[in-house]
Amino acid sequence: MSQRQVLQVFEQYQKARTGFVQTVAELASRPQNIETLQNAGVMSLLRPLLLDIVPTIQQTAALALGRLANYNDDLAEAVVKGDILPQLVYSLAEQNRFYKKAAAFVLRAVAKHSPQLAQSVVDCGALDALVICLEEFDPGVKESAAWALGYIARHNAELAQAVVDAGAVPLLVLCIQEPELSLKRIAASALSDICKHSPELAQTVVDAGAIAHLAQMILNPDAKLKRQVFSALSQISKHSVDLAEMVVEAEIFPAVLTCLKDPDEYVKKNVATLIREIAKHTPELAQLIVNAGGVAAVVDYVGESKGNIRLPGIMMLGYIGRHTPEHAKAVAVANVLPKLLQCYLRADASEDLQTKSKKALKNILQKCVHLPALEPLLHDAPPNILKHVVGQFSKVLPHDSKARRLFVTSAGLKKIQEIKAEPGSALAEYINTINNCYPEEIVKYYSPGYSDTLLERVEQYQPSK
Amino acid sequence: MAAMVRLLEETDPIVEEVYRRKNEAEEARQLEYLSTVKIQAWYRGEKTRAYMSHLNKCALIIQRHWRGYLGRGLTRILVKNSVMIMKINFYNKKATYIQKMWRGYYVRKYVFNYYSRKRYLEALQIKNEIVRSELEEYAEMQEQERRRKAEKVEKERREVLARRNHYLISTEVIPGVFNSPFLPYPTDTEYLLRSVKPLLHEKKKKTDKPFDPTCRSYDLPKPKLLPPLPTKPQGPFREPEDVQNQRYKPFQPSLRVATSFTSLEEARKQMKNEEWVTRLNDNVFEPFSRRDSRYEPLLHTRSEYGHLPYGFRYFREEFPDRRVTQQWFPASAGNGGRITT
Repeated sequence: MSQRQVLQVFEQYQKARTGFVQTVAELASRPQNIETLQNAGVMSLLRPLLLDIVPTIQQTAALALGRLANYNDDLAEAVVKGDILPQLVYSLAEQNRFYKKAAAFVLRAVAKHSPQLAQSVVDCGALDALVICLEEFDPGVKESAAWALGYIARHNAELAQAVVDAGAVPLLVLCIQEPELSLKRIAASALSDICKHSPELAQTVVDAGAIAHLAQMILNPDAKLKRQVFSALSQISKHSVDLAEMVVEAEIFPAVLTCLKDPDEYVKKNVATLIREIAKHTPELAQLIVNAGGVAAVVDYVGESKGNIRLPGIMMLGYIGRHTPEHAKAVAVANVLPKLLQCYLRADASEDLQTKSKKALKNILQKCVHLPALEPLLHDAPPNILKHVVGQFSKVLPHDSKARRLFVTSAGLKKIQEIKAEPGSALAEYINTINNCYPEEIVKYYSPGYSDTLLERVEQYQPSK
Repeated sequence: MAAMVRLLEETDPIVEEVYRRKNEAEEARQLEYLSTVKIQAWYRGEKTRAYMSHLNKCALIIQRHWRGYLGRGLTRILVKNSVMIMKINFYNKKATYIQKMWRGYYVRKYVFNYYSRKRYLEALQIKNEIVRSELEEYAEMQEQERRRKAEKVEKERREVLARRNHYLISTEVIPGVFNSPFLPYPTDTEYLLRSVKPLLHEKKKKTDKPFDPTCRSYDLPKPKLLPPLPTKPQGPFREPEDVQNQRYKPFQPSLRVATSFTSLEEARKQMKNEEWVTRLNDNVFEPFSRRDSRYEPLLHTRSEYGHLPYGFRYFREEFPDRRVTQQWFPASAGNGGRITT
């Protein structure tokens, strides 16, 4: 019948459309095809399919667009220029959850490349629609919306402020409490991106009660979640003393120190960053961390990890040591100096690592009078560090006889004699001061080449008959 | 008498002497007078001087005594002051000593206590060691957990593999691959194969996954095709108009559905509009605004002559012509000549 034939034509067309859009989506998932797709003008073909009647085609078209925009920023620009975003935002409010997920994916893919693209996403009014998505029941929709908001807020402070003004923060805090792990991760990462720009934003997030929930998730076994949680807490605490104190009041110590032994190295790095941000503000906070045994844990972490991962640990030790002499002493008794020296001297250490470890060493050395901790450094240190070490010795030895005795027996005096210093330099003065603490014979005994002179004397001695 | 003569002889020289002496005296009188005056002056001067000096001495004595008195008073004050200063210095020194001892004690005990600091550092070292050992224990425990989990996963994997390759087991007649006849005993894979059940190959059911356009799944679900057109012969068809009427029957909502949600508000609004148009009296009724005007009761109820029992004793006039007499009355009184009461 003619009716059936007419219906068959429509059916074929629909099959063709679905097949096209699905294949394009699948091809777009492989990077090598995307250039070809772009040259074939896929954007202009996908755009009308977004308005298709059949919901499956709409969703697949949105997914394909999202994958294309995800690949590089030219395609994302093309998506923006093609006026696709307002249509997506409009239908975000109306369609079913699969479409919402796909549309949020496209927004995220566009916003992630650059601040200008994120701004154009915000200008289309996407923020309100995304915040409405955050109120949905389906966790997948919430996750995509939170991810998109996180990418938008990541670029700069104005965009983060726009996200906060749209009322996203309380909803994100609610999302963190949801049972799904992936949703928690994404919400924590979005909060971290919001907080990192300025103290007011961090204060807004804290006022929404985020700290308590983030603190609860510290002992979660999932590694990626812990990464995001610690990153969020450290972004909050880095801005001001009050925020750092609020983070500390959430009773994260000493539970946080157990996460320094996590097998995932980024978790450890983020924990060290968090401790560093807390320690740098005031001596009281640094004292708190020291009293909780944080220094020992961080020293172990610095000793075990490699490369730039341990940078936050080194900075943290430098910050603590810089506050007051007591802190420097507390740090020094934790056997940190040899490890720091090692970090400084490693051949494959980056510039950043070397400068930071040198600064930390200097800060701690200048206040450290705990001699047993300094002795290992005498043997290995390079000249510029050695100067400080010897300086510290020269301050303590004239006053303490027991320390002098210990210094001799531990071969420190011998080492001092072996140092070649230019006369008139500070190092030579320190060496002189130390030598003046001891009787001459001992100094001569330990000076290099003394055994040879003795032997020469033995050779030249004529026994008296 | 001889003496008398002699005396008389001597009178002339005596008179001459007298006159001579008198002349001499006369000549010397001025001189003597001046000398006498001088002597007297000197004497008087001496007397006065002696008196003056006496007076001076007296004055000096008085002054001396007075000055001594004053000076002694002043000295007393000076001595008192210096004694007081000495005492104050003494007390100051003692107070300084006390303060010194106290400050040293206080600082050494409360502000910077060397020994407690030393103890703190030692305790800190111990605490650090404790923390270190605890962390290591924790790390070890986690490590063991993970290893156990990994082992479990591994074991399950091997079991599944064994179940799938169960056909490699050796039979009575043919020794399998893992049961070589040249070995004294079979390998443990053989034992594993013997211990597991074979896997039944069930037909995998095609699950209709719902469409999930997140970026994670790479294989998309197949879309649902339209159902095939039916081929069996269709029965007798109704008239198209009947079918259309039935299909597009107008909606007959119940009263409850048909009233809008805001019907109450609209009705109120309409009432208000009507009032607005038709109402004449704009005076708002204020309750309790006539409190100060006295209540004026009706004569009907308050009169002492009673009132008609109509209205509360009986409500229906049973004899409506009771008060109407048949007596004729002149027409000028009105009422058409009837008398009513």
